[in-house]
Parts: sequence; structure tokens; C-alpha cells
Amino acid sequence: MIAVLDYGIGNLGSACKALVSLGCDARLVSDPATVGGAAGVVLPGVGAFGRCMEALRGTGLDAVVKEVVGGGVPFLGICVGFQMLYESSEESPEVPGLGLLPGRVGLLPPGQKRPQMQWNALEPRSGTSAMLAGLGPRPWVYFVHSFAPVPAGWGPDRPAVGAVVATCDYGGPVVAAVEQGNLWAVQFHPEKSGTTGLALLANFARRCGEEVPGVPAASRAGGKFAAARIRVGAPDMGA
Amino acid sequence: MKTVRVIPCLDVDAGRVVKGVNFVGLIDAGDPAELAARYDAEGADEVVFLDITASSDGRGTMVEVVERAARQVFIPLTVGGGVRSVDDARRLLRAGADKVAVNTAAVQRPELVSELATEFGAQCVVVAIDARRAPVPEGMAYGAGWEVFIHGGRTSTGLDALEWAGRCEKLGAGELLVTSMDRDGTREGFDTELCRAISDAATIPLVASGGVGSLDHLVEGATAGRADAVLAASIFHFGEHSVAEAKRYLARHGVPVRPVAP
Repeated sequence: MIAVLDYGIGNLGSACKALVSLGCDARLVSDPATVGGAAGVVLPGVGAFGRCMEALRGTGLDAVVKEVVGGGVPFLGICVGFQMLYESSEESPEVPGLGLLPGRVGLLPPGQKRPQMQWNALEPRSGTSAMLAGLGPRPWVYFVHSFAPVPAGWGPDRPAVGAVVATCDYGGPVVAAVEQGNLWAVQFHPEKSGTTGLALLANFARRCGEEVPGVPAASRAGGKFAAARIRVGAPDMGA
Repeated sequence: MKTVRVIPCLDVDAGRVVKGVNFVGLIDAGDPAELAARYDAEGADEVVFLDITASSDGRGTMVEVVERAARQVFIPLTVGGGVRSVDDARRLLRAGADKVAVNTAAVQRPELVSELATEFGAQCVVVAIDARRAPVPEGMAYGAGWEVFIHGGRTSTGLDALEWAGRCEKLGAGELLVTSMDRDGTREGFDTELCRAISDAATIPLVASGGVGSLDHLVEGATAGRADAVLAASIFHFGEHSVAEAKRYLARHGVPVRPVAP
């Protein structure tokens, strides 16, 4: 079972619906006790950082996230669910984040409309990514956000620092995806990114041990459930 | 990079698409969920459902429509029409809508915009503005801007469209859906001056709406109108142009779009 954490804010069901459409056993879970034993955990998030963080703490699911990430369980953070992994956010400076990743969340570069509410192309920033495997060399995905993570030590001239595997260009490079072992996190919305997003969710589901019959695996070379690892940076190998 | 979104809009009455839809191969051409899936497959960047149900009895059906659409369509879905409260919005968002559009209710009670933004986040809140050019006073070359209309364009409000747009942004709107009532249904093209005036003043994205009759009109909306997204209904529904054609046309004319999958 893949647990999609439901901490009572806004519309958190979309990621669950998308996983279910792939044939996965995905469920919205609000009780920390129910998460135990899940093969994978998804932390979605919409709206303001502070409000999400407070709601997450209020349900006790913040401790679950720390446990899951530390315990090697496949984890996928989406949008504010990605941002909350950092120490703090410019959006809600008084509310600390989970601090699982070093760095903060900052406002998007000036000179562009905010929120970035559009499809944008991902620029791969690392040699390998199991999460982005099979999505093509420059996959297009849907973003809705005014803030984005700035990992410690990360900068436009050091775009892969902080386990960043993809950025998008919005008035400059913006961190779009991080992958560090079992921890996957994206600023965009895979559940709203059409077939490209479903392929990413299928990569996650397979990593959780789910069969995903509807979406062909990028590669089964590493064993039945092993995540495919391809060089996303090399144009000749982008599937 | 900035890309311009192409958004087909479906008018829905008591759960059925009302404007003539002329697609080959649909099992039920009147089913909004099936049409939304079709537009998704064609490369639509988002889909808008506009509930034009007049009776309150029919309104509940929109929630079911959204639920069905959200099970098969995995691109953003905006629902507008008849959203009057935080509870109305919650029902639609729970059903699977990503954004709700408010129009008349926001003009009548502007706090609704901030209530929605606080509850669900600004990214969920679209304010739809129906605007009409102010009449040209005698002896003047042009009128004083545009006036906001509500109740589907039937009731004047005395509000200046630019001022109202600015106020909505301050109240927490995440996006503006601007329809020219002068052009809506005319197929003469967007009121690009209206779009540009609001888009230049706004820091949030603007969706241009009303009047599209050709693919050139979509280009004009993005260039002269400086819209962040272009919305159209009939050119897509009547099968004159597919969304894929529209996007290729925009790209050929220098407007950046998400490429259509080959």
C-alpha cells in the first residue's frame, strides 16, 4: 500500500487518484498509526508553507515523515510537500520546516509573474535519476508555485548541489526535483502533468513494489521491481 | 521559460456539455468528462468547466462531473459558475478540481476571494472578470476603460475592470480569467487592449477569453494581449481546429507553448 498523507488542507487527493488510475493500491491516510507498514509514502501539499506545516504537525504526521525518510521507505514529496522538507521558508518565516534537507525555501526570481502557473521543461542536472527515468530528455511538467527550495550551497552556477536532479528555467534556474536515495521530491505536480507525470508516479510505484501494468517500465534491467537508472543528461539515451 | 497555455472551455448545463460538440469517435459527445479526456489527449494544457446550470437542483451534478473527470484526466481542471462560498469551493476541490473560478459572488462579497485564498491557497483561486468597454462619450475618441458586469454579463456594476483586477490580486487571487463581453460569441477575436491593460498591471497570470474565431486570434491574445493563457470554446468544440493544431500554430508564430506529444 502507498500512503498518501492527508493532513486536512485543500485538495490533497489528486496524487492518490493518479496512483489509483495506474492500478496501485494507494490510500489517503490521516492517522499516523495507519502509515506503518506502507510500502511508500507520498506527502502532497498546496497553499501556504506555514499553514501546511502547522496542519502536518497538528496531525502528528510530521514525525511519520521523519521516520519514513530516515528509515529508507520510498518517499515522494510534491510541491509544498517538497518545500516542507527544508529548514524554513521565506513565505512563513515564523514556522520551521521539517529540516530533513539543508536549505530554505525562497521566492521565485523577480521579473516573472508569480505564481509560475504553467507547464515548463525540466533540465536534467545529474547523471542519473531513477525518478525521471524514461521521461525523455526534457520532460514537460505542470508547475503552480511562487516559492521554491534553495538547498544549502545551491546556486545557478552550482545547479546540482543538494541532490538536485532537475531544474526549470523561470527567470533563471529554479529547483524542480531532488533525489537522494529513498527520498524523491518535486516542485511540480506529477499528478497534473498528464502522461509524463503518470510515468513519474509509475516509477515511484514500482520502487514501492507495485505492479504498474498500464505504464510500460522504462527498463526492467535491474530486476522486477528495481528502479531503472539511465543517464538522463545524455541526449542519446533519453527515452 | 514562459509558455502560453491553451485552454478549452466547456459549458456544462446540469451535467451535460451544451454547445455543439462535433467530435468523431466519442461515445457520448455530451459528457464533459469524456470531452476533457479528449482535449487532454490533444495536448490541452488545462480544461475549464463552466457550470451554466440555472436551477439549484442541477448544481449537485457538477460535483459528479468533476469526480468522473478527475478519475481520467490528469491535467489541471478549473471549475467556475455558481461558486458562492468556501463550502461550494471545497466540494468541487474535493471532487478533484484544481482551481475554482468566482465571478458574481466575488463582486458582491469581495472577502470571498481572501477566504478562498486563506482556506485553499491562492493557486486555487481564479477570479473571472466579465468586462465591457465603457461607452465613448460624445466628442471623445475613446471611452474610459472597461466596466465589470456580473450575472453572466447582464448586470452592470459600475466597477472599473482594471481597478477590480488589482483589488482581486490584493485579496489573494492566483489568476484572472478575463472575458470581453463585447467579443464573447462574436468570433472577432479577443479584446487585446483589455487583456494587455490588465496583464501589464497584474503580477498574477491572466487567461484571455471571449471572441476566438480563428487560430490567429489565439496568437493575438498571447502577443498583443500579453495573456499568459488563451481560452476558447467553439473553435475546438465544432471540430474546426484541434488543440494540437492550435499549439502548433502558436509555436510557428513565435508563441512558446508546451509542445504537443508526437
